[in-house]
Amino acid sequence: MIVEAGHFALVLALCVAFVQGVLPIVGAARGNAAWMAVAPQAAIAQWLLVAVAFLALMHAYVTSDFSVLNVVLNSHTDKPLLYKISGVWGNHEGSMLLWVLILSLFGAAVALFGGNLPAAFRARVLSVHAWLAIGFYLFILLTSNPFERMLPPAENGQDLNPLLQDPGLAFHPPMLYLGYVGFSMAFSFAVAALIEGRVDASWARWVRPWTLLAWCCLTAGIALGSWWAYYELGWGGWWYWDPVENASFMPWLAGTALLHSATMVEKRDTLKGWTVFLAIVAFSLSLLGTFLVRSGVLTSVHAFATDPARGVFILLLLVFVIGGSLALFAWRGPTLRNTGLFQPISREGAMLLNNLAMMTGAAAVLLGTLYPLFLDAVGGAKVSVGPPFFNATFVPLMIPMIAAMAVGPLLAWKRGDLAAAMKRLWVAAAAAAMVALFIWQMQGDGAIFGALGIGLATWLLVGVLVEWGERIRLFRAPAGEAIGRLVRTPRASLGMTFAHAGLAIAIAGIAASTAWKVESIQTMKPGDTVDVAGYAYTFQGARRADGPNYTAVRGTFTVRKDDRPFATLEPEKRIYAVRSQPTTEAAIRTTFLGDLYAVIGDPEGTEGAFVTRIYFNPLVAWIWAGAMLMAAGGLLSLSDRRYRVGLAAGRRRDAPADASPTRA
Amino acid sequence: MSAAVSFPMKRFLFLLPLALFLVIAGYFAMGLTRDPRVLPSVLINTPVPEFALPSIQGRDRGFASTDLQGGVALVNVFGSWCVACRVEHGFLMQLKQRGEIPIHGIDWREPDREAGPRWLAKYGDPYALIGDDPESRGVIAFGVTGAPETFLVDRQGVIRHKHVGPLTPEVWDRTLKPLIAELRKQ
Amino acid sequence: MKLRLLLILWTWLAAAPALAVDPREVLADPALEARARALSQELRCLVCQNQSIDDSDADLARDLRKLVRERIAAGDDDRRVIDYVVSRYGDFVLLRPRLTPATYLLWFGPLAIVLLGLLALAVFYRRNRADDPAVPAPLSPDERRRLESLLKDGPR
Repeated sequence: MIVEAGHFALVLALCVAFVQGVLPIVGAARGNAAWMAVAPQAAIAQWLLVAVAFLALMHAYVTSDFSVLNVVLNSHTDKPLLYKISGVWGNHEGSMLLWVLILSLFGAAVALFGGNLPAAFRARVLSVHAWLAIGFYLFILLTSNPFERMLPPAENGQDLNPLLQDPGLAFHPPMLYLGYVGFSMAFSFAVAALIEGRVDASWARWVRPWTLLAWCCLTAGIALGSWWAYYELGWGGWWYWDPVENASFMPWLAGTALLHSATMVEKRDTLKGWTVFLAIVAFSLSLLGTFLVRSGVLTSVHAFATDPARGVFILLLLVFVIGGSLALFAWRGPTLRNTGLFQPISREGAMLLNNLAMMTGAAAVLLGTLYPLFLDAVGGAKVSVGPPFFNATFVPLMIPMIAAMAVGPLLAWKRGDLAAAMKRLWVAAAAAAMVALFIWQMQGDGAIFGALGIGLATWLLVGVLVEWGERIRLFRAPAGEAIGRLVRTPRASLGMTFAHAGLAIAIAGIAASTAWKVESIQTMKPGDTVDVAGYAYTFQGARRADGPNYTAVRGTFTVRKDDRPFATLEPEKRIYAVRSQPTTEAAIRTTFLGDLYAVIGDPEGTEGAFVTRIYFNPLVAWIWAGAMLMAAGGLLSLSDRRYRVGLAAGRRRDAPADASPTRA
Repeated sequence: MSAAVSFPMKRFLFLLPLALFLVIAGYFAMGLTRDPRVLPSVLINTPVPEFALPSIQGRDRGFASTDLQGGVALVNVFGSWCVACRVEHGFLMQLKQRGEIPIHGIDWREPDREAGPRWLAKYGDPYALIGDDPESRGVIAFGVTGAPETFLVDRQGVIRHKHVGPLTPEVWDRTLKPLIAELRKQ
Repeated sequence: MKLRLLLILWTWLAAAPALAVDPREVLADPALEARARALSQELRCLVCQNQSIDDSDADLARDLRKLVRERIAAGDDDRRVIDYVVSRYGDFVLLRPRLTPATYLLWFGPLAIVLLGLLALAVFYRRNRADDPAVPAPLSPDERRRLESLLKDGPR
């Protein structure tokens, strides 16, 4: 009954979305305030209805209602409660329901917090948003209904893929979807602006917070996924350039570009067409990711069970949403007028360079991801495009961007002084050179790329700190004044400092963990000791350690450093009973300089020996720490009062903060 | 994108993304009609690669590439662990009883030495020659990715056709039988 | 593999994460072993898709790793080892596609995109500058003469 109620609520949501998709936009065209006023109410109603549908499905999972096909396929009575809940979105149908829940949540948020938007504009935004929702409701109801019953009910379920029974994974999809779907807001704003033919600073101010929120969630979601892969998949890798990973990374790149270009529209009234284009592209790439994962056109370990009907439907949706918005862009875009002019060497110039790097990076990733499909479609050979390709193309594209990133914030708007900026960066250059040389000397051969990577990270980090120091006049003004400036620094610019520093830290982690990973694979009997990167691991044996729905063997390693006890690591190898699928649970001890990482494999012989794999992953945790710092920077910027008050104040300029430090 | 760009040029620039997207969507549409997991063999119309596999328990000879000279034959990759192999097994037995064509087997990755012979004892043994392939030597030589797979080899020992998945009467009637008749005529 | 995603998935072949390389496979000579690992990372695991044989513990991946090691131990150079595997499974098995006319677009595409982007930037700035009040146009000879005469007059 509850399940039927959920199904019915979803159908109602579709009906409401139709109303929201038509009345307000027609009202806006005719100046009918009553029709426009339908939009906020409808958006909130949609959200409530989808929430009912979602909770109904969750109820079926939590109570193990095995008359629901989706529950049978993805749950089991023995599963811990957390995974019964996360099982709701651990499958195709349920994850689509989560997708529309978040989509309607954003719509409701605009309805609730968008009071400062002009009524006609808000009506158009919500109508556009409703059309996106209609597409997805239809997709769920017609091809992927999670409420389908199964009669007679099954005795028990088939359990959730054990790889997904993990806390990291429980939260990864909601985060990721907040990111993907969050870009739908920027998209709706862009399309509404094209319909109105007006893009100005206040438009950019409305778009930026939604984009920032989506960007933060996507950053966190990607980091969470990569962290999960790192500890769950058992060989210490954290990024594989799998099509599905790429599908989440491309919107991130486009979203990052959008954040920067929206700043330029806001502050400098320039690059309007380009910014609208990026807003469309960021969401289009999110949709593309959905298509790739769910249509079966590409193979990926992450792919959902695929069904051609779904593929066709999603493709039609893509053509409708992306094709439609790009057609509108082609039609209305050329009428957008830019007034702000600037020189290549300027803050705007640096941001444009960022845009170029982000978008060429995204294009390279897109090309690599889709190339096998293209070649196959034109009757060419079957090829694979794997990590070696992406590392060879994407990484070189990013290096100049990162080098320029330290300089950009030091340049003035409109026209910057490169020589002066470089002069102020001598500390960063000296620090980078010293660190790189030192590390290269210390690590010896083969480490040149690692040393360069760390040098680059140092350059960026110190460059960011120099800019921050200048901003608050650290060491130049009396301490009191510096503190006063620190306190008054707008959170948006502090957010930028955080985010850029976070990237520097992540780069150091990426470089070090790639260049100096230590791996040791061996068979160990109880009492055997191996030395890995200065830590002595003694295998103490293994014992059974079964959980609620799995059997497991847990090994124990005692780790000594400099002959003193340092840590105990207890990796597990589990076999989940229902699907008889094994998983590894790596034991990880994170230290400042690197992770100790131990995995246990199969037993060998009769003396209690096991195959073991032990790694030392230098600085690897910096990757996620850096990513979290980036997301935190985004949130900090989001909390800037400029986005909370006086949103509609138009072109008011926040003075000292926006002025370049050269003029400060 | 400033006003100085001539208008048609500007139009074109703004149309470019749409055009690009439509091209991509076209490829997607084509992609939907194909299964990315199907991997065509690169070995069609090339001589059987060299291999020599030992015999399985209970037989006195194995199976090697030299055994494929002189007559049209099928080479079938199977294993007792392979569920789909059970599906096609009855049909292979029929082919053997009808005396249609010699079928040779590659017994792939048995968990132990007895498993293959036990399976054949239970369900019947349609194979003329069988090679034991615990380390995928023969399988890699044929570029096999999964079981069952079946190859048609002509009398010069050249691979002419590869079938992925269980062999069914339909596949036999539609594809293999005509091909075999033609190869035998040559 | 996998990443993230989490989402995900129902995998059609369980991507069993686990120990891929096993100590019994490891070659005694560290230099040869390092070559074997590097080669393994370039070869795709055919039953898992998108995973290198180095990362996979699928049986076929394991046997391919063994084959790679045997060939290396027998003295084959990297090229020959790769060629052998490609002769069996086609280019599909390579995670780093070979540079052939069919992959020119793939390999040179990113570079072409960068160049186009830079070109677009250059055009953008040239047009931008033409009417940028922030950057005064150079003085014409007439203007210069006037300026000089004004300067000669001195401050008034």
